[in-house]
Amino acid sequence: MTAIFGEPIPRVEDDRLLRGAGAYLDDLGHDALAVAIVRSLHAHARVVSIDVSGAFDVAGVAAVYTYKDLAGRLAEPLPLLIPHPALTHGRTGFPLADSEVNYVGEPVAMVIAADRYVAEDAAERIIVDYEPLPAVVGVDAARAAEHLVHDDVPGNVAGHMVQERGDACAAIAAAPRTLELDLSIERSASTPLEGRGVLARWDTESRRLRIWTSTQTSTGVRAAVAAKLGLALADVDVITPDVGGGFGVKIVHPWPEEVLVPWAARALGRPVKYTEDRLEHFVASAHERGQLHRVRVGYDEDGRVLGLDVRFWHDNGAYIPYGLIVPIITSTQLLGPYKPGAYRVEFSSLYTNTVIVTPYRGAGRPQGAFVMERTMDAIAADLGLDRTVVRERNFIRPDEMPYDHGLIFQDGRPLIYDSGDYPAAMAKLKALIGWEAFESERAAAREQGRRLGIGLACYVEGTGVGPYEGAHVVVETSGKVKVATGLTSQGQGHHTMLAQVAADELGVPIGDVEVVTGDTRAFGYAVGTFASRTAVMSGSAVALAARAARAKAIRIAAAALEASPEDMEIADGIVRIKGDPESGIAIGTVAVLSNPLRYAFDEAAQAATQFAGGDIDAPPVAEGDEPGLEGRQFFSPVRSTFAAGMHAAIVETDPDTAEIRVVRYCVVHDCGTLINPRIVEGQIHGGVAQGVGGALYERIAYDETGQLQNASFMDFLMPYVSEIPARIEIDHLETPSPLNPLGVKGAGEAGVIPGAALFASAIEDAEQIPITSMPISPSDLFELRRARGSER
Amino acid sequence: MTDFGAATQPPDELFDVTLVVNGVSRDARVPSRRLLSDCLRHDLRLTGTHVGCEHGVCGACTVLIDGTAVRSCLMLAMSADGAAITTVEGLAEADGTLSPVQQAFTDCHGLQCGFCTPGFLTMITAALAGNPDPSEAEAREIIGGNLCRCTGYQNIVRAVLRAAELRRAAGSAAASAERAGAS
Repeated sequence: MTAIFGEPIPRVEDDRLLRGAGAYLDDLGHDALAVAIVRSLHAHARVVSIDVSGAFDVAGVAAVYTYKDLAGRLAEPLPLLIPHPALTHGRTGFPLADSEVNYVGEPVAMVIAADRYVAEDAAERIIVDYEPLPAVVGVDAARAAEHLVHDDVPGNVAGHMVQERGDACAAIAAAPRTLELDLSIERSASTPLEGRGVLARWDTESRRLRIWTSTQTSTGVRAAVAAKLGLALADVDVITPDVGGGFGVKIVHPWPEEVLVPWAARALGRPVKYTEDRLEHFVASAHERGQLHRVRVGYDEDGRVLGLDVRFWHDNGAYIPYGLIVPIITSTQLLGPYKPGAYRVEFSSLYTNTVIVTPYRGAGRPQGAFVMERTMDAIAADLGLDRTVVRERNFIRPDEMPYDHGLIFQDGRPLIYDSGDYPAAMAKLKALIGWEAFESERAAAREQGRRLGIGLACYVEGTGVGPYEGAHVVVETSGKVKVATGLTSQGQGHHTMLAQVAADELGVPIGDVEVVTGDTRAFGYAVGTFASRTAVMSGSAVALAARAARAKAIRIAAAALEASPEDMEIADGIVRIKGDPESGIAIGTVAVLSNPLRYAFDEAAQAATQFAGGDIDAPPVAEGDEPGLEGRQFFSPVRSTFAAGMHAAIVETDPDTAEIRVVRYCVVHDCGTLINPRIVEGQIHGGVAQGVGGALYERIAYDETGQLQNASFMDFLMPYVSEIPARIEIDHLETPSPLNPLGVKGAGEAGVIPGAALFASAIEDAEQIPITSMPISPSDLFELRRARGSER
Repeated sequence: MTDFGAATQPPDELFDVTLVVNGVSRDARVPSRRLLSDCLRHDLRLTGTHVGCEHGVCGACTVLIDGTAVRSCLMLAMSADGAAITTVEGLAEADGTLSPVQQAFTDCHGLQCGFCTPGFLTMITAALAGNPDPSEAEAREIIGGNLCRCTGYQNIVRAVLRAAELRRAAGSAAASAERAGAS
């Protein structure tokens, strides 16, 4: 049998999706009532009154709900998912606003009607009387705290945190050279092509609730809804259908609609469905990235960092349901592949009257990489050193692994890098882009009146955070293998990748393996899909579960063949004595043997009779054993594993129009052992495209009153193919992780992380103007040139 | 609240439309404001056509009307009365074989979440009918109006070129079969 693990095989998901036979949320529930949400038009206002009577003028309206209709736990604020001692003033919204709204788009009323057209007609007739309050928009206004988002949160500060290793201030004071930088990044957003959506059915006979939701965590939604509606967990099923992209935004749970829709379905005894539209996705889901940073760094004449002091301010929007995860990640992951002598980081997470901020692919790392890489470039510029040389001098060396930073990471565990080879990655990157030859390339271009710049950026990404994932592997009597894991899939190719793991571990053809994800009926314990954790967590759990099933298959087959288990192997779905292909029993037949209840329903059962037997004085199922050929295991690593990467790009800036064109884009990527290189490269491509978008095009633009100015795909410039470099050149480095059975590290988020840092570096190199704020548009660059001109 | 009296806004007046979808004549009764995308998805239950923005920018809802790529979210169902429409469900061969464009997408890993994919498939199918041998620049031009958030477009461009290759190979195979049959 050919090896399947590590092969770039095509995806098992594709056939269905290519035929239009996928089942996304809005493809389900044609019989369901439709929801339209009345959303706040004001960034900050008191809700004086709501008159819903006009809604019932519209034929086909089934119900209208406001805060006053909510009762019990549903009337309480939504959960604060991840509390933290530093999050001293955590605030979350209500499913429907009570007396105050805190961002444009906040849900105020819910209409349920025959279809969405009718529901929107009715929603338009609901009159909400608002008393506007001053809006707090942007980090500067939040810090100034002239106005407060929440009356009971002084200074608009949700949380404040300091971490320090060594005495950074003393180290900087004693350093031969120092510099200071102010660095900012603006908001972007996940913007999957499919928005959020939820469908719920209440079965009036069994009194059970079934929910389909476009989520990154079905188990999380299940627990939240059960708690909010006072149902036993066992009476709630949550199924994740095909999901049209997530990129972080769908890990938030429960969304207001995720509790309101099931609640209404139960109240009305009818299926109810909410499908978010594009405008709603912009104003009522989540954004990320907005942060201001102040850096002080001390270093020696060789460019070695002796002390680093970073203060930053994180804009968390109106509420903070996901806690301090994003700024904690920035504060720890900005260290990248480097070892500053002493490090101090301090951040404040601030409320503003804007959409909530929760992780978007990269989750605080793009900001961290921007801060650290801009600092490295600034040191190189100050000392007149090559930018790669300064980085190399600050790298953690391979022989220093595992490397303990002396800080606490996002998972509450020590920030200890498990493995990695940063000098090797840098050498690969320099070779790939031709770093040394660039100056002659630049000179040649200059001769033609073209302006080129080269940049690079490095990052380290903690992936596969715990606490656990599990998997269940069942070998059916047909020989087919069913694999279930609880976390969800949003298009990454998990079903293919996990089938590769199971097929390889069990020794069966991959075509016999079928994977289910994100369905609480199939597997009830799971955390979710985020933090590039599926390959690490569920990949490892599937491997362990498959190994358990394999061991049992060998034990049973060995007994049947009167052989020693050590002499057995499984290949091509046949359990056999090593070196004796004729000796084997099909794994489906072994599954029959594993169950002493043996009705001869099928050929496998008939075939098994020749092996039947056993001790007539022993119980048919031995103590500690159980019927069936199954494995069920959990994987729970001691801490995260650390993937890494380095990107380099050559850009061309137009001397007249300041347009920025990406000439080359090179990636060196280390996610440990590769399970499917084709899928990993696809993840990198997509991440790089989001990095390009975030660096050069995408910007969530609020005005000073908190109105979102570009809430459509016409105005929010998500890249088309024309904005993405023609080639993304990729080289892999594989430093296996010692922390899991497969040696894998996560790959999902990697591509996006260095984007802002990389393009700032390359544009600065082309223009010789400091780039301290991202994203950067041609207009921004034009203004920077003009400002420099006026300085001279 | 669910307590309500008589509605004063009557239900929408309904109109009969006939759409020839993937070669099959389908009837629907729709209000005049019904979008073609909603009619296909919710009245005819052909949910392969997806809606990503409802303002004609993302291209996920692209279908072919009399062979031309059209954004079904920017067209009313009534405007399509009598038209021949091809949706993603109609791209594969009658025997279930994937079309060259579909096959190329799986060969080249041109899809991830698959939500935007039907719009790309229909768009490329129409474009290759007019330009069977596109250059790489033309391939990028063909997909230049469709948004994808997952793939970074790298493999979609490759898929366009691969689809053209498969299409030409199928064409020449069919031609030689025809010649063989004639002789």
